[in-house]
Order: sequence, then structure tokens, then C-alpha cells
Amino acid sequence: MKAVIIGCGRVGSAVAKQLAGEGWDVTCVDEDENALTRLGAWKGGFVVGHGMDKDILEEAGAVDANAAVVATDGDNSNIVIGQILQRRYSIECVVVRILDPARAEFYEKLGLRTVCPTQTAISTLTEAVRACETGIVRQVTG
Amino acid sequence: MYVVIAGGGKVGSNIARTLIDSQREVTIVEQRRDRFEQLEAEFGHSAMLGDATEIAVLERAGIARPPDLVLAVTGDDEDNLVISQIAKEGYGVPKAIARVNDPRNQQTFDLLGITQTVCATSGLLALVEHEVPEHGLVRLLELRREGLEVVEVQVHADSPAAGQRVAGLALPEGSRLVSVMRNGVAEIAVGETVIRPGDQVVAILKPGAEDKLRRALVG
Repeated sequence: MKAVIIGCGRVGSAVAKQLAGEGWDVTCVDEDENALTRLGAWKGGFVVGHGMDKDILEEAGAVDANAAVVATDGDNSNIVIGQILQRRYSIECVVVRILDPARAEFYEKLGLRTVCPTQTAISTLTEAVRACETGIVRQVTG
Repeated sequence: MYVVIAGGGKVGSNIARTLIDSQREVTIVEQRRDRFEQLEAEFGHSAMLGDATEIAVLERAGIARPPDLVLAVTGDDEDNLVISQIAKEGYGVPKAIARVNDPRNQQTFDLLGITQTVCATSGLLALVEHEVPEHGLVRLLELRREGLEVVEVQVHADSPAAGQRVAGLALPEGSRLVSVMRNGVAEIAVGETVIRPGDQVVAILKPGAEDKLRRALVG
């Protein structure tokens, strides 16, 4: 199984290493060649360039990839690159990181698989406070 | 008529000025504070500070009314794509026109269904090619919605079309000659028009027929 990872930052590189460890054939794309150092002893592919660039995507193997993860540091770049991978290369499993919850929700409705770490943080933090509150209430009443 | 302009650079601000002068209601959204302050000084309440790719900012600009027209003219193609998609698919804005900064991104706008685009670089390139007619076939105009384009070729003495009547030319399917210009005077091309060396011939055709047309006219 082949995967392309667009954006090799903290998130992209960790996902790449995880998948490669599970036997996936992984290629990462990043504008910064130094991003390769995040991958450690890397046996997979690495292409330096912008994910909007057709030649770069094809060099990374978008044509016959089974899955793609888009996690550059720009929400709008991720949104656009995710749609290119989905529509032009018909990759079935495209997952896109979007930090803005409103845009993540909007594009989810348009058929893009989005992951919103901000929304996850909001939910987790709110839940954590609610759990404390329950604890406090128990202390007071108990 | 209500128009939302995303991007308050040279393009956006000049369009805003023209529209406001002609009594149209305009909101121009700009995210750089210094630039916004200049816009506010000139356009007052029509200027808004914010990132137009954020849905909340677009809603404050009245995207839900919806506007008759949204112009996505920032200097960033990804931003222009996202703004146009949110406007059209999220809020049913009848018309969104996007600026393409890098002509290589044109195919991405097409792929994502943003069909009304303007690319200054492509436009300038076409003009440059127009000034260098020996380049072969020059694309003058692309009618994207019609799926047609208007091109121009210069006929030489050794071109197959030289000395021929238009009716006698073996033009490829899906193409037609529009006009013939000689010594600075243009004439509508009809069957009886005779093409001479040095003529600049304008044709309309379906994309894909360019090479065949070039071969039929100039070899």
C-alpha cells in the first residue's frame, strides 16, 4: 500500500514514520529539505517542493497512491491540495488537517475527510473541566 | 447590486473605487492592518479588517445575504480558491470571480469548479505573443464557458493558405475563420475572401484543433 504525506512537520513526519513502520510504502513532500531530518533513518521517499505543484505530486507517486495525508502549516493549502488529490488522482483515502474548526466543518460537508486538532482540543479541554467540576461537586456534597 | 471584494491590494482597491463611484454597495476585506487603514481612510465603512478565508469574517461581510458578486482577488491562489468555494457552494453566491496569480494554478481552479477566473500573467503573455506573430498561432481570447477560443495566425508566402479562397481551405472540424487583416484593415472572412501572404487571420475554434488549423493555414 502506498501513501503520500504532504507537509513533513511534527504531524506529517510522525504519521509517515508510523505508517512506514506498519509496512506502508510512504513518500513525504515538503518545501523545506531540512524536514527530512524529522524522519530519522528514513527509507521511504522524500520530495522537496510545493504540494500545489502537479509535477511534485506525481513525483511523489500521487498517481497510484492508496492514501494521502495533507498536513502543511496552511489550512487553505491543505484544503486545495486535498481536493486535488481526491479529484485529479482519485485517491480514495485523503485525510486533511484543518486547524480552523469552521472551515473543517464546511469542507467535511463538501466531502473532504478533515481532521481538526483545534476542535479536538476544545472538546478535550471542555470535557476535562467538566470532569473536574464533577469531582469538586462530589467533594463539596460528599 | 452588492459586491464583496476579498483582498485590498491594487486590484481589489481599484475595483472597489470604481464600483463605489458608480453607486454600488461594496465591502472590501483586507487582513493586513496597515493596508486596511489606508482602505478605511478612503472607503470608510466599506472597508473591513479580517481574513476573508474565515467563514465568520465572510459572514460579517454579508456573505449570507448573499452578495450578487464575490471577487476573490488576494495575492494567494489557495486563498482565492477557498473564498470562491465558500461563497458559491456554502452560500449560493450566484457569481464568484477569482484572480489567478500563478498561471500554473489555472488547472486547479478548473478542477475545483471555479470557472470564472482572471489571470493577469496569462493575459500579458498572450499580448506579448501577439506582438511576435512569427511565433505561429496566437491565442487571443479564451471563451471558457463556451469551450471555444479565438486565435490569430500570420500567413506567409509559402503557407498553404496563401492565394486560396476561404471556401477552398481544408479547415479542421470545429474551426472557422472570422476575419482577415491586411495593411491594418480587417475584413470579415467569407467564402469568397482570398487569403494573401502577410495576412493576419483570426479564427474561432474548439480547443484541440489548434495544430490542425495551423497546418491548414501556415503549414
